[in-house]
Amino acid sequence: MVKDQEFLETKASYCLGLAKKLGATDSSVIVKNSISETVNFRNKKLDESNRSDDLGLSITTYIGKKKSSISSSNLLNDNLNILIEKCIETTKNTPEDEFNSLPDRDLFAKESKDLNLYDETHIENNQKIDYLKKLEAAASNDKKIVNTESSFTQNKSNFVLANSEGFCDGYKTSSFTASSVTVAKDEKSMERDYEYSSKCFLKDLDDADELGNLAANQTIRKLSPKKIGSEKIAIIFDKRIAKGVLSTFASAISSSAISRGTSFLKDKVNQKIFSDKINVFDKPDMLKGLGSRNFDSEGVKTDTLKLVDQGILKHYLIDTYNGKKLNLKSNGRCGGTSNLYFENGNINFKDLLNSHSKSLYITETIGHGSNIVTGDYSVGATGFLIENGEFKYPINEITIAGNFKDMFQNITLANDLEFKYATNSPTMLIEGMVVAGK
Amino acid sequence: MSNFFEKSDVSRKEAESIISDTLQKCDDGELYLENSKSESILLDDNKIKNSSYNSDLGFGFRAISDEVVAYSHSNEISKNSLKQSSENLKSTLKSVKGTYNHEIPKSNKKYYDNINPIEQKSLNEKIKILNDVNDYLRSKGDKVKQVTANFLGEQKSVEIIRSGGETLSDVRPLVRFNVSVMVEKDGRKETGVYGVGGRQSYDSYLKDENWKSVCDEALRIASVNLESKPAPAGEMKVVLGPGWPAILIHEAVGHGLEGDFNRKKTSAFHNLMGQKVASEGVTIVDDGTIDNRRGSLTIDDEGTPTEKTVLIENGILKNFMQDRLNARLMKTRSTGSGRRENYRHIVLPRMRNTMMLSGKQTQEEMIKAVDKGIFAVSFGGGQVDITSGKFVFNCTEAYEIVNGKIGSPIKGATLIGDGPSILKEVSMVGNDMMMDPGIGTCGKAGQGVPVGVAQPSILINKMTVGGTKL
Repeated sequence: MVKDQEFLETKASYCLGLAKKLGATDSSVIVKNSISETVNFRNKKLDESNRSDDLGLSITTYIGKKKSSISSSNLLNDNLNILIEKCIETTKNTPEDEFNSLPDRDLFAKESKDLNLYDETHIENNQKIDYLKKLEAAASNDKKIVNTESSFTQNKSNFVLANSEGFCDGYKTSSFTASSVTVAKDEKSMERDYEYSSKCFLKDLDDADELGNLAANQTIRKLSPKKIGSEKIAIIFDKRIAKGVLSTFASAISSSAISRGTSFLKDKVNQKIFSDKINVFDKPDMLKGLGSRNFDSEGVKTDTLKLVDQGILKHYLIDTYNGKKLNLKSNGRCGGTSNLYFENGNINFKDLLNSHSKSLYITETIGHGSNIVTGDYSVGATGFLIENGEFKYPINEITIAGNFKDMFQNITLANDLEFKYATNSPTMLIEGMVVAGK
Repeated sequence: MSNFFEKSDVSRKEAESIISDTLQKCDDGELYLENSKSESILLDDNKIKNSSYNSDLGFGFRAISDEVVAYSHSNEISKNSLKQSSENLKSTLKSVKGTYNHEIPKSNKKYYDNINPIEQKSLNEKIKILNDVNDYLRSKGDKVKQVTANFLGEQKSVEIIRSGGETLSDVRPLVRFNVSVMVEKDGRKETGVYGVGGRQSYDSYLKDENWKSVCDEALRIASVNLESKPAPAGEMKVVLGPGWPAILIHEAVGHGLEGDFNRKKTSAFHNLMGQKVASEGVTIVDDGTIDNRRGSLTIDDEGTPTEKTVLIENGILKNFMQDRLNARLMKTRSTGSGRRENYRHIVLPRMRNTMMLSGKQTQEEMIKAVDKGIFAVSFGGGQVDITSGKFVFNCTEAYEIVNGKIGSPIKGATLIGDGPSILKEVSMVGNDMMMDPGIGTCGKAGQGVPVGVAQPSILINKMTVGGTKL
């Protein structure tokens, strides 16, 4: 069983009390316990079981405008005494920074809504095994599938965030995740693909058959890929890739990148950075949302933000430190976004495929090719050639490149948004990117 | 060295008996104990932004029967917690009937000293160097707009207790010093990053103001990129510089030669043992035994002494990298490549220091041999799809080559290639092998471990460059 609120609060207040006694003028602490149980299958047989019980604590102490922090997985009071003493010593020896402080008192979250993030249900390993048997049977139905690896994880977590301003809150969350990775083979090639489902509540998890079938089909259709020539061509990002464009956008509007001057979106608030019809929301209070939260990692309340309105950037993602530096109030985004998504476009998936006589549909990218300082983008890619709305043949060993400043202005979104991850996008078409191949 | 049972309610003897009881009739397994202390001190935007210290303690208990691995980990080294883990392992492995393999090779060699680098240099000294770095770089002119520098230090003590009470231990120091600088000219911004590190004291890298050379290199890369023009798109010849560009070897062939992917036959190399996979003259080793290197280990995380493993010899595939599990199932021996990020993770076969050895040609000859192509000197990260064999890496410093001469710098671009065929496209191997500066971290299955790479300059006949200029 995951540790209860009382245990976590007791540890938190012990740390805050000791820090104060040793000379801290302010302090904050987070205590977290997370228990995961995973079962892995490979080729229809049990491959691995893994139980992890992680208990950890992190404390930040301030002496005036000096700050330092420690973290530890050893929560015995003996050890905490040594560490907090060390933390105070380090704080004293760290230079002042005028922007160091806890959040302003009026910004703390006052009440915690129940966002339906915790499912009491406990799924035993043998039930996980039943699910995986079904999943793997579906995944390996076709002879072309030569290897299957599937996994089922139950995670239960609890945390308490407390600080010397009197804020003290936390709550339990749960997640149930199933995934399947399949390898298909023919005379010419061997390819891998996957499918995945993660939910707060067990009963919402995708059906095992469906997951297995999807993984297998997505892999088989990649067999015998071709390489194409280098050209400028419309790119369609599958939803699982399109969400990455949003993640890059989120990094580029984080107040730390903005205040350091290392983002291509610096000074772009109230300017048009996307095409006209684009709206981006960050909505923390979605029931059962994978990114839902009542407050950010500093305890600041989080409201829904319309980050982009009709293509115009409206907000940065602001925490306390960088907010003070930029002379802006924290909007509760310390630790990043919550449930971030592009609002649906007004064209359906089929029409999007049909919008160009020839385009590339990208299902996977590899490499870390996003530069948020310059906006340059270049990654390896795998996908399909689309002609007249039809999937023609698989493609690999190509790269796609562009610059986000241009890419953002050339986005068309389909109307097929679903909330599968914490960050989500409908299928996305971008014009004017360059493919490098033969 | 840590005494893991000193403050625990379970004695070493009791722990040994729980281990032996749990692992009887299993094929393999162990209790892995770890105590790590790490620090991070960061200067950014003219200020000390962060000084933090982490102390992590825990165990991972593993039992293996045939192909099945049962694993349980916890932060609490107590009787209750060990017993709970033991029950958890037993419940997965219900009907085991193996014979525990007690055999584990021994060695007295050590590749780094038992030191705690964090304590060897005071906080004030570290802060002073970071401030000096900031002042030094900002004195280089107005174009320097942002400086980030940091120290990362760690001491990790591990102990492996096997069934029957056999105990193996290691204390591993690790440090890293990084500098990142952003420059701006005519509204254009570029960054340059450089770092050094390994398994010894900070001072081994920073004495005599050696930090200045780290700053100079970061600034040089950033300044070169200010002048860069769009990279070409398409297939062309590529000359790779020596040292860090060997992450091409790491991605293109290294991962594909790890035992697990080959046992499962999901690597593009699984049926190529003994066959020609690279041009003549190409020899690649994975070596855990080089003194003080970032990827070196005295023993791996299963207790096996590390070694220098020949992967490819003169173009022929000779060995995979193995941990105990995959070695047993493939009827071979462990190469001391069993590694894990920490006690929270299971062991996987991983790389250590992966190196392509020197050949005979000079870098000059290679450049001269190229009509149209690129010369890639430094890279950011890379990634590979093991199954299809396709891999990428991102240039952070590269130049065009026109008619045998180095031309203008080009913008960061991704290079993509095919692992099993790329080494057959190597047409020249340089005489200038160099180690990387000690900054690499390799990710696999969500686990990051420190690694090293090395190579001489090489000429590759054909690779796809992912630029924007058609």
